[in-house]
Formats: sequence, C-alpha cells, structure tokens
Amino acid sequence: LACYFVGRLLPRPWSSFQVALCPMSSRTVTNIATEQAVNTGPMFPPLQTYSEEETMMREAVKKYAQERIAPFVSKMDENSSMDTEVISSLFEQGLMGIEIGTEYGGTGSSFFSSILVIEELAKVDPSVAVLCDIQNTLINTLLMNLGTEEQKEKYLMSLATDMVGSFCLSEAGSGSDAFSLKTKAEKHKDYYIINGSKMWISNAEQAGIFLVMANADPSAGYRGITCFIVEQNTAGLQIGKKENKLGLRASSTCPLTFDNVQVHEKNILGKVGQGYKYAIGMLNGGRIGIAAQMLGLAQGCFDHAVPYTKQRVQFGKRIFDFQGMQHQIAHVATQLEAARLLTYNAARLKEAGRPFIKEACMAKYFASEVATLTTSKCIEWMGGVGFTKDYPIEKYYRDCKIGTIYEGTTNIQLTTMAKLIDQEYDS
Amino acid sequence: MTARVLVGVKRVIDYAVKIRVKPDNTGVVTDGVKHSMNPFCEIAVEEAVRLKEKKLVQEVVAVSCGPQQVQETIRTALAMGADRGIHVEVSGKDYDSLGPLQVSKILAALAKKEEASLIILGKQAIDDDCNQTGQMTAALLDWPQGTFASELVIEGDKVKVVREIDGGLETIKLNMPVVVTADLRLNTPRYATLPNIMKAKKKKIANMKPGDLGVDMTSRVEVLRVDEPPQRQAGVKVESVEDLVSKLKEAGRI
Repeated sequence: LACYFVGRLLPRPWSSFQVALCPMSSRTVTNIATEQAVNTGPMFPPLQTYSEEETMMREAVKKYAQERIAPFVSKMDENSSMDTEVISSLFEQGLMGIEIGTEYGGTGSSFFSSILVIEELAKVDPSVAVLCDIQNTLINTLLMNLGTEEQKEKYLMSLATDMVGSFCLSEAGSGSDAFSLKTKAEKHKDYYIINGSKMWISNAEQAGIFLVMANADPSAGYRGITCFIVEQNTAGLQIGKKENKLGLRASSTCPLTFDNVQVHEKNILGKVGQGYKYAIGMLNGGRIGIAAQMLGLAQGCFDHAVPYTKQRVQFGKRIFDFQGMQHQIAHVATQLEAARLLTYNAARLKEAGRPFIKEACMAKYFASEVATLTTSKCIEWMGGVGFTKDYPIEKYYRDCKIGTIYEGTTNIQLTTMAKLIDQEYDS
Repeated sequence: MTARVLVGVKRVIDYAVKIRVKPDNTGVVTDGVKHSMNPFCEIAVEEAVRLKEKKLVQEVVAVSCGPQQVQETIRTALAMGADRGIHVEVSGKDYDSLGPLQVSKILAALAKKEEASLIILGKQAIDDDCNQTGQMTAALLDWPQGTFASELVIEGDKVKVVREIDGGLETIKLNMPVVVTADLRLNTPRYATLPNIMKAKKKKIANMKPGDLGVDMTSRVEVLRVDEPPQRQAGVKVESVEDLVSKLKEAGRI
C-alpha cells in the first residue's frame, strides 16, 4: 500500500489533518471506527478519514438531497427533464462552484469535497450528480486553470451562482477517437468561425456557456484542437432535440450544430492548438468524479434494497437470513467498499499533487462495473417489486449503464492503464 | 438594537437512530452512535440568525456544554450563521450527570459575562425531554421567560412572544432581557450551505470550564435505572359496539 502521508509537504486538506492529530480523550475502538474526526492512533489514518469540513459538507448535502431532490426524482426521470427548482437549489447550496474561490462567489473548498458531494447526490439521483460533476470537475476546473483574468471575471462568478456549463468534445464520428474530431475553426483577423457539429452533449439544454473543442488547424492533426468558450446566445449555435435515453433521463443530452458561429479570439481558453492536452488533463480528474457518481449510485441502490431483504419474509424467515442471499449481499458490499477506496484514494492522490492517472482510470472502470453488478443484484433481491417503477431500484439499474461508456469507455480505461503499466516495467 | 443573543445548542443522539438501552441498564448506548444538534436547538439558532439578518441583534453566540465532540455541534451553529461559539468543557462523570440545573447555571453566568440581552434555547432536548433549562435559566437570572414560542417579535426594548399552550395560542409581551424557548413551529431551520460551512471554519470557538464561571457541577439527581418501554401488547378485535363496550368494562376502563 503506497503511503500517502508525506510529512510537511502536504497541500491544504491534509494539513488540517496534522493540526487535528493531537491527543484526545480516550475512545473505544468502535468510536474510532465510526467517528469521522481524526484522532490518535496510527500516524497513517485509514482512507475513510475526513476533515471536519468534509464531514459537515457530506452531512449537509445528504440532508439537502433527501429533502430537496428526492421528491422530484421519479417525475424528472419520467418527463426526461431536470426540474428548474432543483437546479437553482444546487446553486443556492454552493454545490456548483465547490472549488471556485470565494472571491468569485464560489465555495472555496477542495477536490475531495467535490467528490463527496457528487457521491451523496448520486445516492439520490445520478442525473443531478452528473450535472454537478460536469460543472465542477470539467467546466470550473478548465476555467480556473486556464482562464485569463478577464475570462475568470466574466464567467467564474456566473458558474458559481447561476449558470450551467457544458463540455463539447464528442461528435457523431468521434467518440473514443476524440481527436479525430471534425468541427473546424477558421481564423479571420481577430475572430474564428466555427462550423461543425457535436453529439452527446450533457447539460446542453441548461447551459449558458459551452466549452467547444474545435480544430483551428486541421493540417496539424490533433495539435490544432483549440478550446473555445461559446456563449449560449451566439448566432449559429443550435441545440438539437435531446436524446431519448435508457437512463440518466433527467440529464439533457443533445446534439449541437455550429453554423458559422463567430467567436472572438479572446474567448479561446488557453492556447491555440493545445486543446487536446487540456481535454486529456481535465478528463483525468473528471474520471474520478464519474467514479464517485457510480459509487453513490451503487450505494444508494444497495441502501434501498437491503432493508427490504430484512423485512420480506418467505418460508418463515427473512430473505436476508438465507445463506445464498447473505453471500451475495456480502460480496456486493465488498465490491462497494473496494470501489470506494479506489475512488477516495485517487482523489487524495490528485489533491496531494501526486501521479494519479492510473488510479483514476482504475476507480472509474471499477466503480462503473460495481454499479452494474450492484444494481442488477438489487433488482433480483427485491424480486418482482424490484422490476416495477413503484420502487426506485429499476431506475438505478437503467442509470448505471452509461457509467461504463461515457467519459472514457471501459476499454479506453483499460488501454490507458496498460500503457502506464508498460512504462512502469520499462527497465 | 439589542447587542447580543446567546443560543444554547445541545449535542444529542440523532433523531433517526434506533435507541438501545445498555445491558447494565445505566443508560442508552452512545458509543459509535450518530449524534447531531437537538432539533429544537436548530430552530433556536435559526431564529437568532434571522434576527441578526433583520439587523435586530448585533451578534449571535452559540454555546454548548460537554466534551470535545460538542465542538462539531457548535461548528454547525456557526455554519448556520452564528458569529462565534463558546465551548464549556464538561466531561467524564460530570458529563454523565449533566442536567438542566447545571446547564442553566452555566448559561446564566455566561449571559452576565457576555452581557446578552436575549437567550434563545430549544424548548427541550430530544434525549431527556426535560423542558427545564430555559425556565431555570430565567429564574436564576430573574428574567422574564417566553416558553414554547411559535412566534418571536422584538419591539423596541420589549419582546412579543406567541406561545403554544394546551388551550391554543397565548400572546405575551416581555421586557428585555428575556429567555425564550423555541417550539416546533417557530421556523424551519436552513441547511448549512457549503460556502457557509467553509466560512464557519474561520469563526472562533472559545473554551472554558464550569469552574471559570464559578458553577458548581454537583448533581442533585441520580439515575437509578433505564429500561426500554414495555413491549406493545397485541390488541383484540371486536365485532360490534356492544362487544367493545363490554370489553372496555371488563378491562376496567369505563
């Protein structure tokens, strides 16, 4: 096990650990296991150790999600649309600008906090979680890391308080092969004209800005890909009809067309031709967000199913008491724990500024597979009622499938991991 | 404008937890059990913060008595909008026997020390259901009290309180300084938003001991035994009204 506790050189969240690591009144073993404050004992706390602020955030989001999102989930799924009340309450709670600095109206917290928030939201509704995930891990991160002062002034505050963002990379002809994208950006004096189309764009119906990857120099291949900030009301930008999906239905997924869309060069994010680098870099972190979403989805589903098994009686005993059931439930619980540890560790590695790409791939790949296993099993444990829409289980089953597909298919994750393993063994 | 509001917050076992009595019947199991702020205390904090937002009070101070863990509860009050916190350290045997008498002595001493002119408490805690601390604090300070408040309005140097009583609603006017205890319908507490949780980290929590306030912590109450409520007995189904009446007569109920 790599030790991730590196003395003095720790960035913020871990420094709050060190302060808290002082002798406290003696506690029982159960306290240490279940209480989430840092306390005495081994110098290397277990992965499920959170700062006070992280614990408070998680509790606050859990409560908020149960009271303000849960009542809308079924309706949003059926109507394939996200309730505007829900979106505005996400902003109100400070959940859309978690890492944005307070000077821009954001929450000023950390990446790990984002992961916890996404996980808690996904337990209630994975569609809402993905909206929050894209905003925090993709849009906000790109702007914070690459934006000029002017761009940050213009957009960060809105992103933290009332504007949803959308990330446009995939096209009909390029999914996994992202860099073979065909959308072009032609330079004219101090502006560019974008022509092309995008597909599978999440949040498209709600977004106020779109981060569009277009090629400004096709002769240079992927080294021409540039990231443009396109505002929603720009002439020539058309948002197509949303897809009728199996799951994550409340999250709008639309095709976009760019018909001579004019974008000033000051709306280029970062440098011309560097878009491919930015996309890769940011998707590495985004992957951990999706892992958290899948983890929350699986846990939320599990939390609904297990109580049922304790109540349902057949052949004179609770179905939980049948050994066959117990073994299945324990197996799934183990997978969930493993997915959690992979996800949390990847997040902590990223925060610590250490290499995390392989671990992020592992987390996303594993969590999405666990979500598929968990939801499938939960339906079986619930029997007939698990198959009906009266219970929330079938929705989790439908929602989980996209996990192995978007933000890097399972095959892509595995290939990326293999490349890194190959390098590791280079002598 | 009133200077300072003191709000008492108590750390109790979370309302959703299934309570279990300890095998030795000395109390309930608290180790490893989820704790949170007493719901009526949340309502009290919310009311105090609203008064501050209306600029009717200048500062909201959250107070809690107990061991190290109560700092989490104070931190939650800070995240809801309280300005600073006071943690009165009580632990070990003193904490086991901590009750309304000692807490009200502490609050009275703090009210004088902090020059508070309004104390808002929850009407009762959901663990002991005493419903005494507010009343005792007022008596110790010789302040008027408005208990079971479902509405609180500050009018100059007076406070109008609408109380929920058995007969309905009673409206009273009290001269400040006063003690008010919050009932369920006083308000709906806000969620701590993430930005406020972050801001709360910078707010100060002062530490002190009951001794610093000259408070005697000896308890006049000794808990002899704690038992679970008796198991609910099965009922009896009857076919007619006559049956019902005769069964009730048999059981000596009428």
